Amino acid sequence: MSAILRKLSRDVPAMLGLAIVIFVLVLALFGPLLAPYPGDASASHLLRRLKPPSEAYPFGTDNLGRDIFSRVILGARGALTIALTVVGVAMLIGVPLGLLAGYRSGWLSETIMRITDVVLAIPQLVLALALAQLMSPSIESAMLALSLTYWPFFTRIVYAETRRLSSAVFVDALRGVGASTPRIVFLHILPNALSPVIVRATIGLGFTILVAAVLGFLGMGATPPAPDWGLAIAESRTYLPRAWWYATFPGLAILITVMGFNLLGDGLRDIVDPRIRRSR
Amino acid sequence: MARFLLRRCLLVLPSLLGLLVITFLLIHAVPSDPAVAMAGEGGTPEQIARLRQQYGLDKPIWEQFAVYVGKVVQLDFGESAFSRRPVSLDIVQRLPATLELTFAALFLSILLGVPLGVVSALNHNTWPDYLLRVFSVLGIAVAAFWFAIMLQLFFAMDLGWLPLRGDLSSTMVRPPRVTGFLSLDALLAGRWDVFVDHLRHLVLPAVTLSLGGLATIVRFTRAGMLDTLQQDFVFYERAMGYRWARLVWVFILRNSVTATVTQIGLLFGGLIAGGVVVESIFDWPGIGSYTVQAILTGDKQVMLAVTLLVGTIYAAVNILVDVVHGLLDPRLMEQG
Repeated sequence: MSAILRKLSRDVPAMLGLAIVIFVLVLALFGPLLAPYPGDASASHLLRRLKPPSEAYPFGTDNLGRDIFSRVILGARGALTIALTVVGVAMLIGVPLGLLAGYRSGWLSETIMRITDVVLAIPQLVLALALAQLMSPSIESAMLALSLTYWPFFTRIVYAETRRLSSAVFVDALRGVGASTPRIVFLHILPNALSPVIVRATIGLGFTILVAAVLGFLGMGATPPAPDWGLAIAESRTYLPRAWWYATFPGLAILITVMGFNLLGDGLRDIVDPRIRRSR
Repeated sequence: MARFLLRRCLLVLPSLLGLLVITFLLIHAVPSDPAVAMAGEGGTPEQIARLRQQYGLDKPIWEQFAVYVGKVVQLDFGESAFSRRPVSLDIVQRLPATLELTFAALFLSILLGVPLGVVSALNHNTWPDYLLRVFSVLGIAVAAFWFAIMLQLFFAMDLGWLPLRGDLSSTMVRPPRVTGFLSLDALLAGRWDVFVDHLRHLVLPAVTLSLGGLATIVRFTRAGMLDTLQQDFVFYERAMGYRWARLVWVFILRNSVTATVTQIGLLFGGLIAGGVVVESIFDWPGIGSYTVQAILTGDKQVMLAVTLLVGTIYAAVNILVDVVHGLLDPRLMEQG
């Protein structure tokens, strides 16, 4: 663990990513305490609508006179909640399926991997949109739809790792001393297969924030008055080009957050997979 | 070669069938009755029952599926509940616009991405390389719908250099439809003004769509180049005094692009999916805006057809990628 951190600390882009991730995490946890106008999550002040950025409102105000700076801060919690839930559920589905398909061979393994292939063959965004629409648009359906389209990525990775590990000498040795299958799979194979899963999950968090923003933008995720970044950009379209600040800042928030997770994920991948490091 | 192709095509069939089953089950597992939707708000129970019978919605689900597969094989995707036209007709009409946009975006990202990747690799770990690396992460992290709006705000609303949305100015008369590709039709009709106007409309959506692909192509070209640069033949040819520029841009590049080609293939599918959002922001009259409309109105036939179409394009592109790989590295074809 400390070796990983030491390696990570030498990678400047990865440290930048880590800093961004920690920053967004702090915003998500303490947003209501940090935002200058925490009440603007739902309140409206019609007298000060669509004001350009100023000292009192650094990012300007929106169509209901709410402080966009506060709403961008408050939006971090929603974005991270969606990302963590989606990636968590996807891992809960995908990892056990990958272990099962990788350790056993036969029709069950084949079936799991064929289904994985088929789901991966459908563009995630289209499938998630269709699913979210069919389950009556809400933040919960959006999360479920995204989880149901993201698990195959984990199944693929864990499958490949399990296949590789189950022919390793130490697994043969464990079988030889009579270790039970669950013991081998969960206590010995899973921990060894975990690092690529963590890399994928880190990048997946950023990716999920991006796709969730698309769903919010199309009106199939968060519902007003939630301070959702994607939703804010959708709302801003009516007030362009006059209120340029309305769309600009929530979009920058998405960009910086996703970039943070990507930089961190890339850095972690370099450490986990030294073969790629060489070619960097 | 022929056997290789045939094998690849046969391998795709079960996946396509699986795709059909999953999307069909998915959409039928949800209790939202298209007959009710079609009859509208004032629909009487009799009207709903008649519609249900007319579209075979009263049959058991496996029978509906069998009927559907039979129709799909004949390229009959049923009727859109929204436009009340055959879905296949809508798709044929809209596909050229999407392909035009996708190819334009792909063209842009290859044209810029490959040279930038090469430059990045040649300047390994110096500032042009760092700059391009940050840029490539930005390209992947940016929300396309936001970037599209920013481009609209700056280039269309503020500067007024480029049109805001659509594929042709309303003052232009559309040339007769021959190929369906507006750019080609304009040229065939000898309408230079329409062609230029159309290209001006194409710029902003294509730039938006190319961004993610551009970043990916830069990354993979760079990684491939760095690998090849370390190989013995490069060292040897350099020592022999072979012209450096020709060595880089012909021989090293050719040995470095295998991974990039795979990515370009995967990108093509990704671009068609990414086009969903970009098209609807720019009112581009293709499959993407059609999909968004279908999803927002709950038009199941269209959703099924579009998902199947995109899945098929994915599969077709994967075969194409394998073939190109085989041409770049004939050893792969031997292995089948």
